[in-house]
Amino acid sequence: MTEPLVRPRRKNPLARTRLPTLPPQWRSRTSHELTRAAAEGRFALQCCAACGHFTYPARDACPVCLSDELVFKDAPHGGTVLSETTLHIPADVYFRERAPWRIGLVKLDAGPTMVAHLHGDSKEGDTVRMSLQIDKAGQPVAFAQPQTETPHMSDDKQWREMTADPKFRRVLVTNGRTVIGQEVVRAMKEAGASIIFVGIADAWKPFPGEAALRAMEGVTIVPLNTADEKSTFDLAADIGAKIDILVNTSEHIRGGGLLDRHGTSTSVDEIEQSYMAFLHLAQAFGPVMRMRGADGVNSAVAWVNILSVYAFANWPQFGQYSAVQAACLSLSQCLRAELRPGGVRVMNVFTGPLDTEWFQTVPPPKLAPRVLATGLVRGLKNGLEDAFIGDVAEEVRQRFAANPKALERELGQ
Amino acid sequence: MDKSPLQDFAAAIASGKVRIVDLTFTLSPDFPVIVLPPEVGQAMPMRIQRISRYDDAGPGWYWNNITLCEHTGTHFDAPIHWHTGKDLPNNAVDTLPPQDMIAPACVIDCSAEAAKDADFLLTVPMVEAWEAKHGRIPERHWVLLRTDWSKKNFRDYANLKEDGAHTPGPNAEVMRWLVHERGIIGFGTETIGTDWGQAFHLDPPLPAHHYLHGAGRYGLQCLCNLDQLPPTGAMIVSAPLKIENGSGSPLRVLALVSN
Repeated sequence: MTEPLVRPRRKNPLARTRLPTLPPQWRSRTSHELTRAAAEGRFALQCCAACGHFTYPARDACPVCLSDELVFKDAPHGGTVLSETTLHIPADVYFRERAPWRIGLVKLDAGPTMVAHLHGDSKEGDTVRMSLQIDKAGQPVAFAQPQTETPHMSDDKQWREMTADPKFRRVLVTNGRTVIGQEVVRAMKEAGASIIFVGIADAWKPFPGEAALRAMEGVTIVPLNTADEKSTFDLAADIGAKIDILVNTSEHIRGGGLLDRHGTSTSVDEIEQSYMAFLHLAQAFGPVMRMRGADGVNSAVAWVNILSVYAFANWPQFGQYSAVQAACLSLSQCLRAELRPGGVRVMNVFTGPLDTEWFQTVPPPKLAPRVLATGLVRGLKNGLEDAFIGDVAEEVRQRFAANPKALERELGQ
Repeated sequence: MDKSPLQDFAAAIASGKVRIVDLTFTLSPDFPVIVLPPEVGQAMPMRIQRISRYDDAGPGWYWNNITLCEHTGTHFDAPIHWHTGKDLPNNAVDTLPPQDMIAPACVIDCSAEAAKDADFLLTVPMVEAWEAKHGRIPERHWVLLRTDWSKKNFRDYANLKEDGAHTPGPNAEVMRWLVHERGIIGFGTETIGTDWGQAFHLDPPLPAHHYLHGAGRYGLQCLCNLDQLPPTGAMIVSAPLKIENGSGSPLRVLALVSN
């Protein structure tokens, strides 16, 4: 049975902050197909197009029929633990600091046998549910957990290393003026976040939902205008060292492409409110979060961006918005690489049109803010890196993977 | 050497006989700007981006880039700002006659009325009552509306409600009257605009802008320290930046007051 997590005591401000260490990092280029699957929360393995056998680890030819037509595809995620090993004094610094650490050999229902990290409730002979997870080094690893829910299952020490569960963590929601920001606050509260800081820009301007937000227990309103450099750095100076999960809810959606929009001031606004806001946040909060990646139960663990799925391919009806989102997606990859030494993950949550004011004229399906927020928290709990929430986002993901040029043409019609 | 009026003036400043009152708010990113429906173009608030601060980007010096709207912070409105003044000669801040940048002011104190009613409207009879006490408003004078609005916190200062801004200002008739019957050079307020908070509903909408700029006159807004000015006799120095074809400009507004 998993020991339930205890709410961490306040940190002794005189204690040294332990520096993050990382598990081994190298993977082959082919194995990064596993990275892609793990990032999206899928369990995928190489499968032979000729004979249909799954194979692992990644290789160039099918070990059964020698065909070289090996493609990654989603595999059945059941398995049985053949044997388990507990590492008491590992040679690797990351694992040594976390010892004892349990791993096991799992015979997959898909065929191959895999070395996997074991959930504390999964023992030799048990049937397990396999997943690919992104570890602290950003690399895909196999994880075996019980097939059915066990008490306090998500509090498992090894599982928590693979995820960014908000439980007992301190969260900054950067913009609480919007319905998205407010729903994220609610979802974080439900997930057991200990403190939720909520940024409010231009406090002189009232906003819908303000009274309810201010009345919410466990919520601390902080002045934050992410479009403004000084405001962002001032807040980071105050609370930067307390942020375990940062959810960038900066949001500025305006319709329109290039040719029918007069002047550039709306575009400058879009860049300021989205791209520059992200950049200010990253420069202000990123360094201290990276430094706090191993700071106990409530260490810095994740950075979340909410991005439009049209960051992948431009939707001319919201053309300039799409372009700014593409810039933010690119910046998120830079941030991900730079936060990796701290073991802090960057999760991008991709959405289609939202059921909010600025997508008023767009026909359904539109993503409800509530669904976005709960999907975001689910992504953190499962340790995702790329979460596609809603039918539109998932459809665009598939079309982009299949043929980016076709997607471009079709969005432009 | 002949003693010129300017030498007397310099001596008066040095001796404190002439006091200088700063009527300007600090240009900060937090200062409220005019709020319009979000689908139309917006005024950019003050943004300050550091270039260097004795660091690797400039080891020995500190400086910033700034971006802001022509109508951010304490600012000047030129006639070209409004459709009524668009065809007038010399209607932009770069062609504004320099002699218009220094002019005397009449200060109408409505702070008691504004304290009671955020929707306080200045009317002709009120200005006539002021004239009965202080004399007729001379031509080419500024009329400054003192409401003590500048002393409020930013939220109360903007005072945005469900139906928009609620801040004191002039009605339509008093603006027509001040411009055409009194020939004022301009009208100044402590609030975010020269017009009343709900002035979209007046006839014509936004009458201060309509009448002032239509007659080639000016606006000053987001003023402070009007409580330090006498009803008459203060001299206003308001020189906007020389922005090419600029519709207005943030500026430092100074009042010279004789002690």
